[in-house]
Amino acid sequence: MDVILFLIFAVIAVVCAINVVVQTHPISSAISLVGVMGSLAVLYLLLGAEFIAAAQVIVYAGAIMVLFVFVIMLLNAGAESKRGRSLMAQLLGAPLLVALLGLLAYFVQRLYPRSASVHFGGFTHGTPLDIGRALFTTYLLPFEVTSILILIAIVGAIVLARKEMD
Amino acid sequence: MTAVPISWFLTLSAVLFVLGVAGFVFRRSVITVFMSIELMLNAVNLSFVTFSYQLKQVNGHLFAFFVMVVAAAEAAVGLAIILTVFKNRATLNIDDVDSMKN
Amino acid sequence: MQLWLIPVLPLAGFLINGLFGRRFSKGTVNAVAIGSVALSFAWVLKTIFALGSLASPYSEHYFTWIRSGILNIGCDFAVDRLTIVMLLVVTGVGAVIHIYSIGYMAHEGGYYRFFAFLNLFMFFMLVLVLASNYLVMFVGWEGVGLCSYLLIGFYFDKKFATDAGNKAFIVNRIGDFGFSLAMFYMVKNFGSLDFATVFQQAQGAPEATLTIIGLLLMLGACGKSAQLPLYVWLPDAMAGPTPVSALIHAATMVTAGVYMTARSWAIYTHAPAAMNAIAIIGVVTAFFAATIGLAQNDIKKVFAYSTVSQLGYMFLGVGCGAFSAGIYHLVTHAFFKALLFLGAGSVIHALSGEQDLRHMGGLRKKIPWTYLTMLCAAVAIAGVPPFSGFFSKDAILVAAHQHAPWMYWLGTLTAGMTAFYVFRAIFLAFFGEYRGDKHAHESPPVMLIPLAILALLSLAGGFLFKVPQFLAPLFPTLEAPEDPALVAISVAAGLMGIALAWMMYVARPGMADSFAASMKGLYTLVYNKYFVDEIYAAAVVNPVVDGSREVLWKDVDVKLIDGAANGVGARARNLGSLLRLMQSGNIRSYATWVLFGSVVLILAMGIVGGLR
Repeated sequence: MDVILFLIFAVIAVVCAINVVVQTHPISSAISLVGVMGSLAVLYLLLGAEFIAAAQVIVYAGAIMVLFVFVIMLLNAGAESKRGRSLMAQLLGAPLLVALLGLLAYFVQRLYPRSASVHFGGFTHGTPLDIGRALFTTYLLPFEVTSILILIAIVGAIVLARKEMD
Repeated sequence: MTAVPISWFLTLSAVLFVLGVAGFVFRRSVITVFMSIELMLNAVNLSFVTFSYQLKQVNGHLFAFFVMVVAAAEAAVGLAIILTVFKNRATLNIDDVDSMKN
Repeated sequence: MQLWLIPVLPLAGFLINGLFGRRFSKGTVNAVAIGSVALSFAWVLKTIFALGSLASPYSEHYFTWIRSGILNIGCDFAVDRLTIVMLLVVTGVGAVIHIYSIGYMAHEGGYYRFFAFLNLFMFFMLVLVLASNYLVMFVGWEGVGLCSYLLIGFYFDKKFATDAGNKAFIVNRIGDFGFSLAMFYMVKNFGSLDFATVFQQAQGAPEATLTIIGLLLMLGACGKSAQLPLYVWLPDAMAGPTPVSALIHAATMVTAGVYMTARSWAIYTHAPAAMNAIAIIGVVTAFFAATIGLAQNDIKKVFAYSTVSQLGYMFLGVGCGAFSAGIYHLVTHAFFKALLFLGAGSVIHALSGEQDLRHMGGLRKKIPWTYLTMLCAAVAIAGVPPFSGFFSKDAILVAAHQHAPWMYWLGTLTAGMTAFYVFRAIFLAFFGEYRGDKHAHESPPVMLIPLAILALLSLAGGFLFKVPQFLAPLFPTLEAPEDPALVAISVAAGLMGIALAWMMYVARPGMADSFAASMKGLYTLVYNKYFVDEIYAAAVVNPVVDGSREVLWKDVDVKLIDGAANGVGARARNLGSLLRLMQSGNIRSYATWVLFGSVVLILAMGIVGGLR
């Protein structure tokens, strides 16, 4: 059961990811990316990460991607133009990507023997209670720092994007 | 066979990551490049959560949480920058933004 | 005994005058300069009285200078009878000339500088004489060469003076090269440079080794003592002030070569080939320089060639084994040659700078004291008995006949020429009618008293200082029978020279010019010093200078060395502009580079972690 669930949503994720990369119009890429995030949320549930799954849907798919869509609309971005080229990217891009994938897959296969496996319910400490407990004790400093980071981001975004008052 | 091997999760994460890099390297529209970055971050999040399962600790979830927060901040600021660049140069093609040349 | 005081007193004079002399009055400079030399002379006298008969040398060791491997060289001074003779000449004649310089340099600029350099010269010369190993002697050797350069070029705003200083130093260097090679050879063969050690080991050393050392030392002596072929610097050195010519280029520095050769007698007596070479060079130089002196018109140049010639006599003496005779001639020559130069200086001073014999004449009545003292020197150098020059020259010529008769005949001919050219100078300057246009005035007493002292020594030196007997215990005895016939012939040659000069320049004044006109080619050759300077310039100097300029400067320095230095810079720049191409401004190529780097890193981490 878990395997089937995994396979379905893994395939959806990969297909949507390929779509993100392949589509010419940004809005199509954005919708595909939402699809990727949804699939990943299901996979998080499979791994017992309830809070993270919820956060993925609310924050990532619900807020960040909406922001992307707004900006695409604001900029009136159309299909990508074909101008400009990069010699390095054309020559070395594909071989390096293949090499990267191969290396990572190889290392993963070697490092994690087949005995380790995931099944739904195998990890029960991903609840908001556990996250909260860890967040406000062990990770208190990073938490406070990220709140400042968000503040900076807000200020920065407003300053950069506003219209000049005449 | 009701359990999914951990290595499958990690391989999926690698595939998603490589797809993100491919988008970054091969696409010319700056918004698409940004979305590829988000894809890469998601792949890494999956890795973190998988390791958290393997080690039976909640720390991986916390990392994923922070990654999300930072990705949100970065997306906000990054899109603001894109707006500014678009205002100045009227182009969304990153190959046209090459004033650092030589 | 504090032997070190002897050289250090003039050194102190140099330092005081050199550092503070600019602010001193002339009187203070005089007091410091002459006081230091006079004190040094007094200390020499004290040393003589304290040491007594000096049957064996007395030495003092001050500190170890070099200790390396087998070589152990200390700063040592030693005194034996030969040293005593040299010390007396250097400090005594030196003091006299210092006093003379007060009057001569009274109106010249750079007064304190002159006395400072003169004191420095005394220091180095005394170090040379007192040294008891070859290296300390070499320090003095080089030092006197330096002071010679400084003093020849004393009038440094005149190009011919600075050129002469350069020439003296460079030609001396060639000789120093020979000296250095001799020292290296000595260290290699004997393991030491101490006189005592070297001479003791020379007893049993192979003759070839000693001959090589002897010839190399001879090269050094040729440079310092102006023998063939390295004599060319001495006539040009007359560009310096006359007291310098008297002290350095007549009495002391140029005799250093003779002193060194005499000191090394233990080497030379076992290397007859080298001694013979010295004798030959000595007698040939004596003859050669005398011929040039016959035709010169500058009074100082006449005496300069005379010095070269007389030095040749000294070398003839030591080369024939008559070491004490050579040193005896050194002493008497110091007296009468210094007197000749100082007298010439007095004449030049009287005529306000005139040096050409053709513009002098009849000065006998105008500057009588100068005339009388110079006459004393002239008869001494001509070898007229019973004056000092006769005794020393006679001793040498007798020994020369013993060694090889042709040397005796050539030496006698040279003695005749010596008498001729000296009296030619005397007659041209002091007899006849005055051919110039200046007003002659006698020199002040401060210049005349030294002349008188030296005149007395030139006349009576043969009786006052029995140098050969004094030095006899030191050197191996030479069996030279006194043949009255030889003595008579040499005296006759001298007297004939004087008579010929009288005839050509006093009795019949026009005879000299008609003689020269009738032998025009030969006269031109001799007058131009056989064009030796021109030959040297064409054969040696110009090729070296041109080669240096064209090859070493333009090719090696500019192209090779500068090219290498600039080339490194140019290559760096080229590499930089190559690397610059990586900065294309294209974000995607930057991303590809990052990807490349990360792949490499992952690979590296994997290999290091052992996953292969």
